[in-house]
Amino acid sequence: MIKKMKENHHIYGWGFTLPSIIFFATFFLYPIIQSLILVFTSSQGSVSNFVGLANFTRVLKDPIFWNSLKNSFLYLIVQVPIMLFMAAILAVLLNSKNLKFKNFFRLSIFLPSVTSLVSYSILFKMMFSENGIINDFLVNGIGFLDLPISWLQDPFWAKIVIIIALLWRWTGYNMLFYLSALQNINEEIYEAARIDGANVIQQFRYITLPLLKPIILFTAIQSTISTIQLFDEPLNITNGGPANSTMTVSMYIYKLGFEYLPNFGYAATVSYIVMLIIVVLSIIQFRVGEDKK
Amino acid sequence: MTNNKHEIFIKKIMNILKYIFLSITSLISIFPFYWMIVGATNTSNDVISGKMTFGNELLTNMSNAINNTNLMNAATNSFKIAFFSVVFSVIVSSMAAYGFQMYKSKGKKVIYNLFLLSMMIPFSVLLIPQYRMIVNIGLLNNLWAVILPSIISMFLIFFFYQSLSDFPIDTIESARLDGASELLIFFRIVIPQLKSSFATAIIYSFMTSWNNFMWPLVVLQTDESQTLPVLLSSISDITNYSIDYGVIMVVIITSTIPLFIIFTTMQKYFVAGMTGSAKG
Repeated sequence: MIKKMKENHHIYGWGFTLPSIIFFATFFLYPIIQSLILVFTSSQGSVSNFVGLANFTRVLKDPIFWNSLKNSFLYLIVQVPIMLFMAAILAVLLNSKNLKFKNFFRLSIFLPSVTSLVSYSILFKMMFSENGIINDFLVNGIGFLDLPISWLQDPFWAKIVIIIALLWRWTGYNMLFYLSALQNINEEIYEAARIDGANVIQQFRYITLPLLKPIILFTAIQSTISTIQLFDEPLNITNGGPANSTMTVSMYIYKLGFEYLPNFGYAATVSYIVMLIIVVLSIIQFRVGEDKK
Repeated sequence: MTNNKHEIFIKKIMNILKYIFLSITSLISIFPFYWMIVGATNTSNDVISGKMTFGNELLTNMSNAINNTNLMNAATNSFKIAFFSVVFSVIVSSMAAYGFQMYKSKGKKVIYNLFLLSMMIPFSVLLIPQYRMIVNIGLLNNLWAVILPSIISMFLIFFFYQSLSDFPIDTIESARLDGASELLIFFRIVIPQLKSSFATAIIYSFMTSWNNFMWPLVVLQTDESQTLPVLLSSISDITNYSIDYGVIMVVIITSTIPLFIIFTTMQKYFVAGMTGSAKG
Protein backbone atom coordinates (compact mmCIF):
# COMPACT_ATOMS: atom_id res chain seq x y z
CA MET A 1 0.00 0.00 0.00
CA ILE A 2 2.66 2.52 1.05
CA LYS A 3 4.82 1.42 -1.83
CA LYS A 4 1.98 1.99 -4.23
CA MET A 5 1.36 5.44 -2.79
CA LYS A 6 5.01 6.28 -3.18
CA GLU A 7 4.95 5.17 -6.79
CA ASN A 8 1.87 7.27 -7.46
CA HIS A 9 3.53 10.16 -5.71
CA HIS A 10 6.41 9.86 -8.12
CA ILE A 11 4.19 9.70 -11.18
CA TYR A 12 2.15 12.73 -10.12
CA GLY A 13 5.28 14.76 -9.42
CA TRP A 14 6.56 14.16 -12.92
CA GLY A 15 3.07 14.73 -14.31
CA PHE A 16 2.90 18.25 -12.87
CA THR A 17 6.32 19.16 -14.22
CA LEU A 18 5.99 17.43 -17.58
CA PRO A 19 4.43 20.31 -19.60
CA SER A 20 7.17 22.68 -18.49
CA ILE A 21 9.85 20.10 -19.32
CA ILE A 22 8.43 19.61 -22.81
CA PHE A 23 8.33 23.35 -23.48
CA PHE A 24 11.79 23.77 -21.97
CA ALA A 25 13.20 21.06 -24.21
CA THR A 26 11.53 22.50 -27.32
CA PHE A 27 12.14 26.21 -26.85
CA PHE A 28 15.34 26.27 -24.76
CA LEU A 29 17.37 23.09 -24.86
CA TYR A 30 16.94 22.31 -28.54
CA PRO A 31 17.65 25.91 -29.71
CA ILE A 32 20.67 26.16 -27.41
CA ILE A 33 22.15 23.01 -28.93
CA GLN A 34 21.26 24.16 -32.45
CA SER A 35 22.93 27.47 -31.71
CA LEU A 36 26.04 25.67 -30.50
CA ILE A 37 26.21 23.77 -33.80
CA LEU A 38 25.68 27.00 -35.74
CA VAL A 39 28.69 28.51 -34.01
CA PHE A 40 30.93 26.22 -36.07
CA THR A 41 29.23 26.94 -39.37
CA SER A 42 29.00 29.81 -41.79
CA SER A 43 25.82 30.23 -43.78
CA GLN A 44 25.17 32.39 -46.80
CA GLY A 45 21.54 32.01 -47.77
CA SER A 46 20.53 28.38 -47.44
CA VAL A 47 24.03 26.95 -47.85
CA SER A 48 25.98 26.34 -44.66
CA ASN A 49 29.51 25.05 -44.28
CA PHE A 50 31.51 23.77 -41.35
CA VAL A 51 34.13 26.40 -40.65
CA GLY A 52 35.62 25.27 -37.32
CA LEU A 53 36.64 28.19 -35.15
CA ALA A 54 36.65 30.73 -37.98
CA ASN A 55 33.66 32.57 -36.47
CA PHE A 56 35.59 33.12 -33.24
CA THR A 57 38.65 34.51 -34.98
CA ARG A 58 36.33 36.77 -36.95
CA VAL A 59 34.69 38.09 -33.75
CA LEU A 60 38.07 38.99 -32.30
CA LYS A 61 38.82 41.19 -35.29
CA ASP A 62 35.31 42.59 -35.77
CA PRO A 63 35.33 46.34 -34.97
CA ILE A 64 31.51 46.59 -34.99
CA PHE A 65 31.26 43.80 -32.41
CA TRP A 66 33.77 45.44 -30.07
CA ASN A 67 32.12 48.79 -30.56
CA SER A 68 28.66 47.47 -29.73
CA LEU A 69 30.03 45.55 -26.74
CA LYS A 70 31.66 48.76 -25.54
CA ASN A 71 28.32 50.58 -25.89
CA SER A 72 26.44 47.90 -23.95
CA PHE A 73 28.99 48.15 -21.14
CA LEU A 74 28.83 51.93 -21.20
CA TYR A 75 25.05 51.81 -20.66
CA LEU A 76 25.58 49.26 -17.91
CA ILE A 77 28.36 51.10 -16.05
CA VAL A 78 26.89 54.58 -16.33
CA GLN A 79 23.14 54.04 -16.23
CA VAL A 80 22.60 51.18 -13.76
CA PRO A 81 24.47 52.69 -10.75
CA ILE A 82 22.88 56.13 -11.24
CA MET A 83 19.46 54.54 -11.56
CA LEU A 84 19.75 52.30 -8.48
CA PHE A 85 21.22 55.11 -6.40
CA MET A 86 18.43 57.51 -7.38
CA ALA A 87 15.85 54.79 -6.80
CA ALA A 88 17.19 54.22 -3.28
CA ILE A 89 17.19 57.95 -2.46
CA LEU A 90 13.66 58.40 -3.77
CA ALA A 91 12.45 55.36 -1.84
CA VAL A 92 13.92 56.70 1.41
CA LEU A 93 12.38 60.14 0.83
CA LEU A 94 9.00 58.68 -0.08
CA ASN A 95 9.09 56.47 2.99
CA SER A 96 9.49 59.38 5.42
CA LYS A 97 6.62 59.58 7.84
CA ASN A 98 5.48 63.18 7.65
CA LEU A 99 5.74 63.65 3.91
CA LYS A 100 2.90 65.66 2.38
CA PHE A 101 1.45 64.70 -1.02
CA LYS A 102 3.04 61.26 -0.52
CA ASN A 103 0.61 59.43 -2.78
CA PHE A 104 0.94 62.00 -5.52
CA PHE A 105 4.74 61.75 -5.51
CA ARG A 106 4.68 57.96 -5.41
CA LEU A 107 2.24 57.61 -8.27
CA SER A 108 3.94 60.12 -10.52
CA ILE A 109 7.45 58.76 -9.99
CA PHE A 110 6.18 55.27 -10.63
CA LEU A 111 4.13 56.24 -13.70
CA PRO A 112 6.93 55.83 -16.31
CA SER A 113 7.01 52.09 -15.48
CA VAL A 114 3.63 51.58 -17.10
CA THR A 115 4.74 52.73 -20.54
CA SER A 116 5.46 50.04 -23.08
CA LEU A 117 9.12 49.94 -24.08
CA VAL A 118 8.61 50.86 -27.71
CA SER A 119 6.14 53.67 -26.85
CA TYR A 120 8.41 55.52 -24.52
CA SER A 121 11.39 55.08 -26.85
CA ILE A 122 9.41 56.79 -29.59
CA LEU A 123 8.32 59.59 -27.25
CA PHE A 124 11.98 60.21 -26.42
CA LYS A 125 12.97 60.10 -30.08
CA MET A 126 10.37 62.80 -30.80
CA MET A 127 11.28 64.95 -27.79
CA PHE A 128 15.00 64.93 -28.61
CA SER A 129 14.68 65.43 -32.36
CA GLU A 130 16.50 68.41 -33.89
CA ASN A 131 13.37 70.58 -33.91
CA GLY A 132 11.81 68.81 -30.92
CA ILE A 133 10.57 70.19 -27.64
CA ILE A 134 13.79 69.64 -25.66
CA ASN A 135 15.76 71.89 -27.99
CA ASP A 136 12.86 74.32 -28.05
CA PHE A 137 12.89 74.46 -24.25
CA LEU A 138 16.66 74.83 -23.94
CA VAL A 139 17.03 77.46 -26.68
CA ASN A 140 13.81 79.48 -26.71
CA GLY A 141 12.37 78.52 -23.32
CA ILE A 142 15.14 79.25 -20.82
CA GLY A 143 17.88 80.43 -23.18
CA PHE A 144 20.30 77.86 -21.80
CA LEU A 145 21.65 77.17 -25.29
CA ASP A 146 22.26 79.50 -28.23
CA LEU A 147 21.94 76.80 -30.85
CA PRO A 148 19.95 73.56 -30.75
CA ILE A 149 21.90 70.35 -30.15
CA SER A 150 21.63 67.58 -32.76
CA TRP A 151 20.92 65.06 -30.00
CA LEU A 152 20.35 62.02 -32.17
CA GLN A 153 22.85 62.82 -34.90
CA ASP A 154 25.79 63.22 -32.55
CA PRO A 155 27.53 60.03 -31.32
CA PHE A 156 28.05 61.43 -27.83
CA TRP A 157 24.64 63.03 -27.28
CA ALA A 158 22.80 60.06 -28.81
CA LYS A 159 24.23 57.84 -26.06
CA ILE A 160 23.26 60.42 -23.44
CA VAL A 161 19.68 60.46 -24.76
CA ILE A 162 19.46 56.67 -24.45
CA ILE A 163 20.80 56.82 -20.90
CA ILE A 164 18.31 59.58 -19.98
CA ALA A 165 15.48 57.56 -21.49
CA LEU A 166 16.47 54.44 -19.54
CA LEU A 167 16.71 56.45 -16.33
CA TRP A 168 13.27 57.92 -16.90
CA ARG A 169 11.67 54.54 -17.56
CA TRP A 170 13.33 52.33 -14.95
CA THR A 171 14.16 54.47 -11.88
CA GLY A 172 10.59 54.46 -10.57
CA TYR A 173 10.29 50.74 -11.22
CA ASN A 174 13.31 49.97 -9.03
CA MET A 175 12.23 52.57 -6.47
CA LEU A 176 9.07 50.56 -5.94
CA PHE A 177 11.05 47.50 -4.86
CA TYR A 178 13.15 49.50 -2.41
CA LEU A 179 10.09 51.29 -1.07
CA SER A 180 8.28 48.07 -0.30
CA ALA A 181 11.40 46.65 1.37
CA LEU A 182 11.70 49.81 3.47
CA GLN A 183 8.10 49.52 4.58
CA ASN A 184 8.92 46.13 6.03
CA ILE A 185 11.67 47.55 8.25
CA ASN A 186 10.56 47.99 11.83
CA GLU A 187 10.43 51.68 12.79
CA GLU A 188 11.74 50.83 16.29
CA ILE A 189 15.22 50.10 14.96
CA TYR A 190 15.49 53.72 13.83
CA GLU A 191 14.13 54.98 17.15
CA ALA A 192 16.84 53.06 18.98
CA ALA A 193 19.52 54.38 16.63
CA ARG A 194 18.31 57.95 17.10
CA ILE A 195 18.49 57.57 20.88
CA ASP A 196 22.05 56.31 20.46
CA GLY A 197 22.79 59.52 18.54
CA ALA A 198 23.05 58.20 14.99
CA ASN A 199 22.42 60.88 12.34
CA VAL A 200 20.41 60.41 9.17
CA ILE A 201 23.39 59.35 7.04
CA GLN A 202 24.61 56.90 9.69
CA GLN A 203 21.12 55.45 9.95
CA PHE A 204 21.08 54.95 6.19
CA ARG A 205 24.57 53.44 6.12
CA TYR A 206 24.23 51.05 9.09
CA ILE A 207 20.52 50.19 9.17
CA THR A 208 18.79 50.83 5.87
CA LEU A 209 21.51 49.65 3.51
CA PRO A 210 22.26 46.28 5.17
CA LEU A 211 18.54 45.49 5.42
CA LEU A 212 18.03 46.37 1.78
CA LYS A 213 20.91 44.16 0.65
CA PRO A 214 18.92 41.23 -0.79
CA ILE A 215 16.66 43.52 -2.76
CA ILE A 216 19.60 45.61 -4.00
CA LEU A 217 21.29 42.43 -5.21
CA PHE A 218 18.06 41.38 -6.93
CA THR A 219 17.61 44.71 -8.74
CA ALA A 220 21.31 44.89 -9.65
CA ILE A 221 21.29 41.46 -11.27
CA GLN A 222 17.98 42.10 -13.00
CA SER A 223 19.20 45.44 -14.37
CA THR A 224 22.54 44.02 -15.46
CA ILE A 225 21.02 41.17 -17.42
CA SER A 226 18.46 43.40 -19.11
CA THR A 227 20.96 46.17 -19.89
CA ILE A 228 23.37 43.76 -21.57
CA GLN A 229 20.40 42.60 -23.65
CA LEU A 230 19.26 46.15 -24.44
CA PHE A 231 17.42 46.19 -27.77
CA ASP A 232 14.05 48.02 -27.90
CA GLU A 233 15.32 51.44 -26.83
CA PRO A 234 18.40 51.88 -29.07
CA LEU A 235 16.57 50.35 -32.03
CA ASN A 236 13.65 52.76 -31.75
CA ILE A 237 15.44 55.90 -30.54
CA THR A 238 18.49 55.90 -32.81
CA ASN A 239 18.41 52.61 -34.75
CA GLY A 240 22.00 52.18 -33.54
CA GLY A 241 23.19 55.32 -35.28
CA PRO A 242 24.78 57.62 -36.03
CA ALA A 243 27.36 55.29 -37.64
CA ASN A 244 26.74 52.44 -35.14
CA SER A 245 27.70 54.69 -32.23
CA THR A 246 24.72 53.60 -30.08
CA MET A 247 24.45 50.00 -31.31
CA THR A 248 24.25 47.33 -28.62
CA VAL A 249 25.30 43.68 -28.88
CA SER A 250 21.69 42.48 -29.03
CA MET A 251 20.99 44.84 -31.91
CA TYR A 252 24.12 43.64 -33.68
CA ILE A 253 23.01 40.01 -33.36
CA TYR A 254 19.58 40.91 -34.72
CA LYS A 255 21.08 42.79 -37.64
CA LEU A 256 23.55 39.98 -38.38
CA GLY A 257 20.70 37.49 -38.52
CA PHE A 258 17.94 39.48 -40.18
CA GLU A 259 19.09 42.76 -41.69
CA TYR A 260 22.53 42.45 -43.18
CA LEU A 261 23.22 39.57 -45.56
CA PRO A 262 22.00 36.96 -43.05
CA ASN A 263 24.76 34.89 -41.50
CA PHE A 264 23.20 32.71 -38.81
CA GLY A 265 26.48 31.04 -37.83
CA TYR A 266 28.22 34.29 -37.07
CA ALA A 267 25.18 35.75 -35.31
CA ALA A 268 25.02 32.64 -33.10
CA THR A 269 28.71 33.03 -32.23
CA VAL A 270 28.22 36.61 -31.07
CA SER A 271 25.18 35.54 -29.02
CA TYR A 272 27.18 32.82 -27.26
CA ILE A 273 29.79 35.39 -26.28
CA VAL A 274 27.04 37.61 -24.83
CA MET A 275 25.75 34.65 -22.83
CA LEU A 276 29.23 34.05 -21.44
CA ILE A 277 29.47 37.69 -20.38
CA ILE A 278 26.11 37.51 -18.60
CA VAL A 279 27.12 34.34 -16.76
CA VAL A 280 30.39 35.90 -15.59
CA LEU A 281 28.71 39.15 -14.49
CA SER A 282 26.00 37.29 -12.57
CA ILE A 283 28.58 35.16 -10.77
CA ILE A 284 30.59 38.25 -9.83
CA GLN A 285 27.51 40.00 -8.47
CA PHE A 286 26.46 36.98 -6.45
CA ARG A 287 29.97 36.73 -4.99
CA VAL A 288 30.07 40.40 -4.08
CA GLY A 289 26.59 40.18 -2.58
CA GLU A 290 27.47 37.10 -0.53
CA ASP A 291 30.80 38.45 0.75
CA LYS A 292 29.28 41.55 2.26
CA LYS A 293 26.88 39.49 4.30
CA MET B 1 20.84 77.58 22.31
CA THR B 2 22.37 78.99 19.10
CA ASN B 3 23.47 75.49 18.23
CA ASN B 4 19.90 74.32 18.50
CA LYS B 5 18.64 77.17 16.27
CA HIS B 6 21.29 76.32 13.76
CA GLU B 7 20.13 72.71 13.69
CA ILE B 8 16.50 73.65 13.21
CA PHE B 9 17.49 75.95 10.37
CA ILE B 10 19.40 73.13 8.59
CA LYS B 11 16.46 70.79 9.09
CA LYS B 12 14.11 73.29 7.50
CA ILE B 13 16.41 73.77 4.51
CA MET B 14 16.73 70.01 4.08
CA ASN B 15 12.99 69.67 4.23
CA ILE B 16 12.49 72.29 1.53
CA LEU B 17 15.16 70.67 -0.65
CA LYS B 18 13.38 67.35 -0.25
CA TYR B 19 10.15 68.79 -1.60
CA ILE B 20 11.91 70.58 -4.46
CA PHE B 21 13.72 67.39 -5.44
CA LEU B 22 10.56 65.28 -5.31
CA SER B 23 8.56 67.89 -7.23
CA ILE B 24 11.13 68.13 -10.01
CA THR B 25 11.38 64.36 -10.28
CA SER B 26 7.60 64.05 -10.39
CA LEU B 27 7.36 66.76 -13.02
CA ILE B 28 9.94 65.03 -15.24
CA SER B 29 8.14 61.72 -14.75
CA ILE B 30 4.72 63.09 -15.64
CA PHE B 31 5.66 65.50 -18.40
CA PRO B 32 5.89 62.95 -21.30
CA PHE B 33 2.42 61.70 -20.36
CA TYR B 34 1.02 65.22 -20.52
CA TRP B 35 2.75 65.78 -23.84
CA MET B 36 1.44 62.54 -25.30
CA ILE B 37 -2.14 63.31 -24.29
CA VAL B 38 -1.91 66.89 -25.57
CA GLY B 39 -0.22 65.62 -28.74
CA ALA B 40 -3.10 63.29 -29.47
CA THR B 41 -5.38 66.35 -29.67
CA ASN B 42 -3.15 68.35 -32.03
CA THR B 43 -2.06 68.22 -35.67
CA SER B 44 1.25 66.63 -36.63
CA ASN B 45 2.84 70.07 -37.17
CA ASP B 46 1.63 71.35 -33.81
CA VAL B 47 3.11 68.32 -32.05
CA ILE B 48 6.51 68.89 -33.60
CA SER B 49 6.50 72.65 -33.08
CA GLY B 50 5.99 72.02 -29.37
CA LYS B 51 2.40 73.17 -28.81
CA MET B 52 1.65 72.48 -25.15
CA THR B 53 -2.06 73.23 -25.03
CA PHE B 54 -4.99 71.02 -25.94
CA GLY B 55 -6.24 71.23 -29.53
CA ASN B 56 -9.36 69.80 -31.09
CA GLU B 57 -7.91 67.22 -33.47
CA LEU B 58 -8.45 64.23 -31.19
CA LEU B 59 -11.28 62.69 -33.22
CA THR B 60 -9.45 63.30 -36.52
CA ASN B 61 -6.31 61.68 -35.14
CA MET B 62 -8.29 58.75 -33.78
CA SER B 63 -10.08 58.13 -37.06
CA ASN B 64 -6.79 58.51 -38.97
CA ALA B 65 -5.14 56.05 -36.61
CA ILE B 66 -7.96 53.56 -37.16
CA ASN B 67 -8.32 54.08 -40.92
CA ASN B 68 -4.78 54.82 -42.09
CA THR B 69 -2.78 52.52 -39.82
CA ASN B 70 -3.09 48.92 -38.82
CA LEU B 71 -4.11 49.91 -35.27
CA MET B 72 -7.23 47.76 -34.79
CA ASN B 73 -5.58 44.68 -36.20
CA ALA B 74 -2.38 45.18 -34.21
CA ALA B 75 -4.25 45.84 -30.96
CA THR B 76 -6.37 42.73 -31.44
CA ASN B 77 -3.26 40.65 -32.12
CA SER B 78 -1.48 42.03 -29.07
CA PHE B 79 -4.49 41.22 -26.89
CA LYS B 80 -4.87 37.71 -28.27
CA ILE B 81 -1.19 36.94 -27.77
CA ALA B 82 -1.20 38.43 -24.27
CA PHE B 83 -4.31 36.48 -23.29
CA PHE B 84 -3.05 33.07 -24.35
CA SER B 85 0.49 33.73 -23.12
CA VAL B 86 -0.75 34.73 -19.69
CA VAL B 87 -3.17 31.82 -19.31
CA PHE B 88 -0.78 29.11 -20.49
CA SER B 89 2.41 30.42 -18.90
CA VAL B 90 0.76 30.91 -15.51
CA ILE B 91 -0.82 27.43 -15.52
CA VAL B 92 2.26 25.61 -16.79
CA SER B 93 4.62 27.47 -14.45
CA SER B 94 2.51 27.08 -11.32
CA MET B 95 2.01 23.37 -12.00
CA ALA B 96 5.73 22.89 -12.60
CA ALA B 97 6.64 24.74 -9.42
CA TYR B 98 4.11 22.65 -7.48
CA GLY B 99 5.65 19.46 -8.86
CA PHE B 100 9.17 20.59 -7.99
CA GLN B 101 8.25 21.81 -4.52
CA MET B 102 5.77 19.18 -3.31
CA TYR B 103 7.10 16.01 -4.91
CA LYS B 104 10.79 16.45 -4.29
CA SER B 105 13.18 13.96 -5.86
CA LYS B 106 16.77 13.98 -7.03
CA GLY B 107 15.87 14.04 -10.71
CA LYS B 108 13.48 16.93 -10.28
CA LYS B 109 16.04 18.87 -8.26
CA VAL B 110 18.49 18.56 -11.17
CA ILE B 111 15.91 19.76 -13.67
CA TYR B 112 14.82 22.64 -11.45
CA ASN B 113 18.42 23.78 -11.14
CA LEU B 114 18.80 23.52 -14.90
CA PHE B 115 15.73 25.79 -15.24
CA LEU B 116 17.25 28.29 -12.81
CA LEU B 117 20.55 28.36 -14.69
CA SER B 118 18.77 28.98 -17.98
CA MET B 119 17.47 32.30 -16.63
CA MET B 120 20.91 33.61 -17.53
CA ILE B 121 20.50 32.71 -21.20
CA PRO B 122 19.98 35.87 -23.22
CA PHE B 123 17.13 35.70 -25.69
CA SER B 124 19.50 36.50 -28.57
CA VAL B 125 21.03 33.01 -28.22
CA LEU B 126 17.61 31.46 -28.87
CA LEU B 127 16.61 33.94 -31.56
CA ILE B 128 18.01 32.27 -34.66
CA PRO B 129 17.36 28.58 -33.90
CA GLN B 130 13.83 29.42 -32.70
CA TYR B 131 13.24 31.38 -35.87
CA ARG B 132 14.36 28.43 -38.00
CA MET B 133 12.12 26.12 -35.99
CA ILE B 134 9.09 28.41 -36.49
CA VAL B 135 9.78 28.54 -40.23
CA ASN B 136 10.15 24.75 -40.39
CA ILE B 137 6.87 23.99 -38.63
CA GLY B 138 5.08 26.59 -40.78
CA LEU B 139 4.12 29.04 -38.03
CA LEU B 140 5.74 32.14 -39.55
CA ASN B 141 3.27 35.06 -39.41
CA ASN B 142 1.02 33.05 -37.10
CA LEU B 143 0.26 34.40 -33.62
CA TRP B 144 1.13 31.03 -32.08
CA ALA B 145 4.74 31.64 -33.15
CA VAL B 146 4.82 34.20 -30.33
CA ILE B 147 2.50 32.43 -27.87
CA LEU B 148 4.19 29.02 -27.82
CA PRO B 149 7.72 30.05 -26.75
CA SER B 150 6.28 32.44 -24.15
CA ILE B 151 4.60 29.56 -22.30
CA ILE B 152 7.84 28.50 -20.65
CA SER B 153 8.97 31.19 -18.21
CA MET B 154 11.82 30.34 -15.88
CA PHE B 155 11.15 33.40 -13.82
CA LEU B 156 7.53 32.40 -13.17
CA ILE B 157 8.53 28.85 -12.21
CA PHE B 158 11.12 30.23 -9.81
CA PHE B 159 8.58 32.72 -8.49
CA PHE B 160 5.88 30.10 -7.82
CA TYR B 161 8.49 27.76 -6.32
CA GLN B 162 9.32 30.48 -3.78
CA SER B 163 5.65 31.21 -3.07
CA LEU B 164 4.99 27.53 -2.41
CA SER B 165 7.95 27.11 -0.06
CA ASP B 166 5.90 27.80 3.07
CA PHE B 167 2.65 26.24 1.88
CA PRO B 168 0.94 24.28 4.72
CA ILE B 169 1.43 20.63 3.71
CA ASP B 170 -1.11 19.46 6.31
CA THR B 171 -3.93 20.89 4.22
CA ILE B 172 -2.80 18.81 1.27
CA GLU B 173 -2.33 15.66 3.37
CA SER B 174 -5.79 15.87 4.88
CA ALA B 175 -7.37 16.43 1.46
CA ARG B 176 -5.50 13.35 0.26
CA LEU B 177 -6.89 11.29 3.14
CA ASP B 178 -10.34 12.50 2.15
CA GLY B 179 -9.66 10.93 -1.22
CA ALA B 180 -9.25 14.05 -3.33
CA SER B 181 -7.20 13.48 -6.48
CA GLU B 182 -3.89 15.27 -6.87
CA LEU B 183 -5.09 17.51 -9.71
CA LEU B 184 -8.21 18.43 -7.76
CA ILE B 185 -6.06 19.32 -4.77
CA PHE B 186 -3.93 21.59 -6.93
CA PHE B 187 -6.82 23.43 -8.57
CA ARG B 188 -9.24 23.54 -5.65
CA ILE B 189 -6.95 23.93 -2.65
CA VAL B 190 -3.56 25.23 -3.71
CA ILE B 191 -4.54 27.85 -6.30
CA PRO B 192 -7.15 29.63 -4.10
CA GLN B 193 -4.56 29.91 -1.31
CA LEU B 194 -2.04 31.59 -3.59
CA LYS B 195 -4.29 34.33 -4.97
CA SER B 196 -1.80 37.16 -4.56
CA SER B 197 1.03 35.12 -6.12
CA PHE B 198 -1.19 34.45 -9.10
CA ALA B 199 -2.03 38.14 -9.37
CA THR B 200 1.68 38.98 -9.44
CA ALA B 201 2.36 36.29 -12.02
CA ILE B 202 -0.46 37.51 -14.24
CA ILE B 203 0.84 41.10 -14.19
CA TYR B 204 4.40 39.97 -14.86
CA SER B 205 3.33 37.71 -17.70
CA PHE B 206 1.04 40.33 -19.26
CA MET B 207 3.75 42.98 -19.07
CA THR B 208 6.32 40.72 -20.68
CA SER B 209 3.95 39.76 -23.47
CA TRP B 210 2.68 43.29 -24.09
CA ASN B 211 6.22 44.69 -24.27
CA ASN B 212 7.62 41.87 -26.38
CA PHE B 213 9.22 43.44 -29.42
CA MET B 214 12.24 41.65 -30.87
CA TRP B 215 10.58 38.26 -31.36
CA PRO B 216 7.30 39.52 -32.96
CA LEU B 217 9.43 41.79 -35.16
CA VAL B 218 11.14 38.67 -36.52
CA VAL B 219 8.27 36.17 -36.80
CA LEU B 220 5.21 38.37 -37.45
CA GLN B 221 6.08 40.17 -40.66
CA THR B 222 2.66 40.65 -42.29
CA ASP B 223 0.11 43.38 -41.57
CA GLU B 224 -2.42 40.74 -40.53
CA SER B 225 -0.16 39.35 -37.82
CA GLN B 226 1.56 42.57 -36.67
CA THR B 227 1.52 43.53 -32.96
CA LEU B 228 1.25 47.02 -31.42
CA PRO B 229 4.96 47.58 -30.64
CA VAL B 230 5.94 46.51 -34.16
CA LEU B 231 3.27 48.78 -35.69
CA LEU B 232 4.40 51.69 -33.54
CA SER B 233 8.02 51.16 -34.47
CA SER B 234 7.24 51.08 -38.19
CA ILE B 235 4.93 54.12 -38.31
CA SER B 236 7.45 56.28 -36.48
CA ASP B 237 10.40 55.31 -38.64
CA ILE B 238 12.00 58.53 -39.92
CA THR B 239 12.40 57.06 -43.40
CA ASN B 240 8.60 56.89 -43.54
CA TYR B 241 7.73 60.15 -45.33
CA SER B 242 4.03 60.33 -44.38
CA ILE B 243 4.78 60.37 -40.64
CA ASP B 244 1.87 61.80 -38.61
CA TYR B 245 2.78 62.63 -35.02
CA GLY B 246 -0.78 63.16 -33.83
CA VAL B 247 -1.63 59.64 -34.97
CA ILE B 248 1.51 58.26 -33.34
CA MET B 249 0.38 59.76 -30.03
CA VAL B 250 -2.98 58.00 -30.37
CA VAL B 251 -1.22 54.66 -30.96
CA ILE B 252 1.14 55.27 -28.03
CA ILE B 253 -1.81 56.00 -25.73
CA THR B 254 -3.58 52.88 -26.95
CA SER B 255 -0.61 50.72 -26.09
CA THR B 256 -0.13 52.39 -22.70
CA ILE B 257 -3.71 52.19 -21.36
CA PRO B 258 -3.81 48.42 -20.72
CA LEU B 259 -0.50 48.52 -18.81
CA PHE B 260 -1.69 51.53 -16.86
CA ILE B 261 -4.92 49.82 -15.83
CA ILE B 262 -3.38 46.51 -14.88
CA PHE B 263 -0.55 48.16 -12.96
CA THR B 264 -2.56 50.67 -10.98
CA THR B 265 -5.19 48.13 -9.99
CA MET B 266 -2.79 45.35 -9.07
CA GLN B 267 0.35 47.27 -8.10
CA LYS B 268 0.22 46.20 -4.45
CA TYR B 269 0.19 42.51 -5.30
CA PHE B 270 2.94 42.94 -7.85
CA VAL B 271 5.47 44.58 -5.57
CA ALA B 272 4.69 42.42 -2.56
CA GLY B 273 5.04 39.30 -4.69
CA MET B 274 8.24 40.38 -6.41
CA THR B 275 10.01 41.49 -3.23
CA GLY B 276 8.93 38.27 -1.54
CA SER B 277 10.54 36.20 -4.26
CA ALA B 278 13.75 38.22 -4.08
CA LYS B 279 14.14 37.51 -0.39
CA GLY B 280 13.75 33.77 -0.68
